[in-house]
Amino acid sequence: MALNLFEDKGCPLDRQRFTWKELVQPPISKLDDDAFTRVRVILMNGMEMEAIRFSHGCARMNRKWQLPLAQLRIVEQHQATMINGLLGADHSILETTIAYEQVAIEVTAAVAQNEPDEYLAQVYRFGMLEDFDHLYRYSAMLDRLEGKDANNILQCYTDIVPGRPTIVEHRAPQDNLREHYDRLRAAPITKLHALTIMSSEQQTQNFYLNVAPLYADPVVRQLYTEIASIEEQHVTQYESIIDPKETWLEKWLLHEANEVYNYYSCVQQETNPRIKAIWERCLDYELGHLQVAMNMFKQYERRDPAEILPGDLPEPIKFESQREFVRRILNQEVDLRALGTQFVNKSQEGVESQQYRQHLNASGSPTDMVAAGYEWFAGTELARDGEITREKYTRGHKITH
Amino acid sequence: MDKTTVLGKNRSGIDISPIDIKEMMALAKVTPASSSGDEQAIAQMRQEYIAGADVLGSVPLPSTLKGMASTAMEKLMGKSPEGFIDKLGCRLAFERTGVRLYDALITKCSAAPMGAHIPLDRLHEFRNEEFQHFKLVENVIRSIGADPTAQTPSADVDGVISLGLIQVLTDPRTSVAHCLEAMLTAELADNDGWRMLIMLAEKMGMEDMARDFQQALREEDEHLVSIRQWFKEMVIKDTVGT
Repeated sequence: MALNLFEDKGCPLDRQRFTWKELVQPPISKLDDDAFTRVRVILMNGMEMEAIRFSHGCARMNRKWQLPLAQLRIVEQHQATMINGLLGADHSILETTIAYEQVAIEVTAAVAQNEPDEYLAQVYRFGMLEDFDHLYRYSAMLDRLEGKDANNILQCYTDIVPGRPTIVEHRAPQDNLREHYDRLRAAPITKLHALTIMSSEQQTQNFYLNVAPLYADPVVRQLYTEIASIEEQHVTQYESIIDPKETWLEKWLLHEANEVYNYYSCVQQETNPRIKAIWERCLDYELGHLQVAMNMFKQYERRDPAEILPGDLPEPIKFESQREFVRRILNQEVDLRALGTQFVNKSQEGVESQQYRQHLNASGSPTDMVAAGYEWFAGTELARDGEITREKYTRGHKITH
Repeated sequence: MDKTTVLGKNRSGIDISPIDIKEMMALAKVTPASSSGDEQAIAQMRQEYIAGADVLGSVPLPSTLKGMASTAMEKLMGKSPEGFIDKLGCRLAFERTGVRLYDALITKCSAAPMGAHIPLDRLHEFRNEEFQHFKLVENVIRSIGADPTAQTPSADVDGVISLGLIQVLTDPRTSVAHCLEAMLTAELADNDGWRMLIMLAEKMGMEDMARDFQQALREEDEHLVSIRQWFKEMVIKDTVGT
């Protein structure tokens, strides 16, 4: 049965408490847990990071709401810590990066198919094909730096081939802005989608900015630098699709509702019972946060939250492989480029974007360089190169017998 | 003795998804790389950076060279004291980290059923010997007028090398055998480090110092033999069950 945002009131804010031990729980197993459990962990950390970021922004602009914002924010902080800590330290940074890109591809592809606004669905497809290419570049780097197979992380859910080449993804700022939805007419799911993908992308941008200097290898640093630049463009794109005329309290309400929606999606599909219990707890807490935001909305704007929120939550985000959809879009839309807020064939791309990236790529592109001649193969490209040796060995073996 | 390896639902390989992997492989096979070349492009860029790179840092100037007299330092004059100080600083840092590695190993074994059949008193001995070695090198560095609190470049590099060992030893999910393997890596490097230092001390004409280091090496030899033996026994028991 779908959750009702007005009837399910969740855990009251004054009963939302943690101990340090609860905040640092055993991580998931990199080897044994399903890749989509890791996808959910990363996605929900992104939602919590956005909750904190928004809350700080709101507090800096609205003195009168600083206390309730602080009361909620510290809970969001602790939820973020608890969730991000579920990633085990046996993931190398690049392995975690592969998982981040899997989130970007699979969740954005699911959202694109479920988005009722055709223009916004196109925006998601456009961004998704770029993240799809990033996965290929990082996979090449993981293989050629650490000698590891990205598919150990992806678990065959996501393909590893080039998408829209990162080298051509660099655009002039005016080509990264999009049309926004209309807050009065857009479907609630449209608003939730936009917040979800924007949050996820911003988390990715921050992650790449933070981890690039942790690598000694300048090649890896350059790779993160180039892709982080695209993630900045993606955040610019996705924040621009959100109606800027929404009031602060309207946005607050939507943020809380979106966290409820995402945790609800996680609870519905989680396969690890221990992690499912965490999602259930966070869902309960977020319903409590939503109550606070709804009361604020009623008190200060004298408006009914039902103007903004649906009663019953929409269908959960599907956490499953979107292989067929991604392949179809790759086939049909890889040559699209952005011109202003619209999408055009590459032959019609604007001169500003071309000039912008011409300078950036003047001494070559790290994403091109790390993946030079790279074709993914199960067990790494060294395993493919070894195929000839193995055949020789097998032939010799047969002859001996 | 704890069981290091268990059969289960490891999902990282391709056999878990026989249908999907066929599709993945087929697509990868027909999709060309978007740029030509190979991994040599990476090597090329690394070389460019190597050519323009600065050093990690320097060896601090000993106070003797700043005017303070030291008998030991006099022997080093005319040679290259910075190389020797660098390696002394490296050994000091490694021994000090060694104490912490043994602390973590003792905790891991203590938490295992029957202490994983590793004699904890021996681990405590090893831990204390690492501490004594740290103090020995600290005194030696001071005796030549150098600063034992400074981090030398080789010490810095060893710190980076040791990061993975610390991660393995402090991960609650790793087994005693995993931790013994990490310790074996540390002890092998430690053992060679002492041999190197003894050779350097002798070449510098510091026989007393080399003798003290020989004693440390004898103890390190024992550490290495024991850790290697415990690790071997544990892996054999885990693999063939005897």
